[in-house]
Amino acid sequence: MPFIDLHGYGWLIIQGAKLTIYVGLCAMVMAIVLGLVGVMCKFSESALIRFLVNCYTTVIRGIPELVLILLVYYGTPTLIQDVSALFGHHVFINLDPFIAGTLTIGFIYGAFSTEVFRGAYMSVPKGQIEAAHACGMGRMLIFRRVLLPQMMRFALPGLGNVWMVLIKATALISVIQLPELMRNADIAARATREPFTFFFIASLIYLGITIGSNIIQQWAEKRANRGIIRE
Amino acid sequence: MDLILQSIPRLLDGALITMQITGLSVLIGFLLAIPLAIMRVSRLRVLWMPVYVFTFYFRGTPLLVQMFLIYYGSGQFQGFLDSVGLWYLFQSAWFCAVLSLTLNTAAYSTEIFRGGIQGVPHGEVEAARACGMSGMLLYRRIIIPKALRVSWPAYTNEVIFLLQASSLVSIITVMDITGVAREIAARSFAFYEIFLTAAVLYLIIVYGLLWVFRRIENRINAHLNVGAG
Repeated sequence: MPFIDLHGYGWLIIQGAKLTIYVGLCAMVMAIVLGLVGVMCKFSESALIRFLVNCYTTVIRGIPELVLILLVYYGTPTLIQDVSALFGHHVFINLDPFIAGTLTIGFIYGAFSTEVFRGAYMSVPKGQIEAAHACGMGRMLIFRRVLLPQMMRFALPGLGNVWMVLIKATALISVIQLPELMRNADIAARATREPFTFFFIASLIYLGITIGSNIIQQWAEKRANRGIIRE
Repeated sequence: MDLILQSIPRLLDGALITMQITGLSVLIGFLLAIPLAIMRVSRLRVLWMPVYVFTFYFRGTPLLVQMFLIYYGSGQFQGFLDSVGLWYLFQSAWFCAVLSLTLNTAAYSTEIFRGGIQGVPHGEVEAARACGMSGMLLYRRIIIPKALRVSWPAYTNEVIFLLQASSLVSIITVMDITGVAREIAARSFAFYEIFLTAAVLYLIIVYGLLWVFRRIENRINAHLNVGAG
């Protein structure tokens, strides 16, 4: 950009953007895996498992992301130290911000994608599951062959929304000093004393990620629905 | 345990700030979102285009960036803001927190209410027109009440999200629940105890608010449930 002087901080911003996307993708994979496990638990036959997964989705969705990130990043090491001190061991643990941030964001949005998959699960006609039972398929086989392919189609719009919120939530990891887009923009803003310029560029990059994701989402939904005739 | 008990009064002070900031932003955001939503569904390009750009930007970027843009970014325009006499406002973290939360929620609510307005059955609008209503009267009596009822569940979610998002104001030094928790934790090293207490406090407020909004939902839909009891 010739009309804006970045004072040589352009590469820092680009590296930050890369890390943001990387963290976002890792957290999204974790959220989808947790969501699938979560939805299997939601329709489990055991009341205890159902209760636990309901606790997970209810509690996580009621606590701000920032508090959870701080809790995991600062709280977990001290908790482990306190517990091990009880047993007479003295350990010193420091969590890596990348691991703490990605795990926390993935864990939070796992709760949201569980709800998305729950809606998708209920959209699969019950007759198909009964038919699969009648064909002698087991629970896992039904899940893999009948439920999962169709759920993915129904879940795609919801998962797209989760991704949009998730990628914006990764900005919060800057609070625990992970050098992603927001943190690097902050560094550049402090060094150059031009906060507006750098935060505005950062916001445009987030906007670009949103637009790009939108295009991919539309393409994916079209592709997933190509075998379906709309009434 | 003692520490948690000692810190509860201060955390409750923080809870007041959290609720005050959220409440104010929700209120102003709501008042902004209704006219914006009406502009958004207009056929005139000069009306819907600026609103579209506004909602697109504020929904497409993280709240943290918006908050930093307003709080730190305004420093870059200190001379100008000083000359129009607004600088003292932008120096206050509290003002910047409310401003960014308000703009953010206004953008999300505008899109929610737009969906609501477009969800109003066309027949009802036609009937109102046939009764001679038009313009403001049509909106005030028919479209807005119906649209609010349709979009209330989605709006409830938005308010809950905003309440949780208000925890970000602690990053720009406002002493809300999270701000107080961070300060106590940094001083006492009791990280998980304090943050867990803060989390429980948020849970109570969130589910309390949810209960209130469900009550309102039942109330505004009361005429639909007459038979169902």
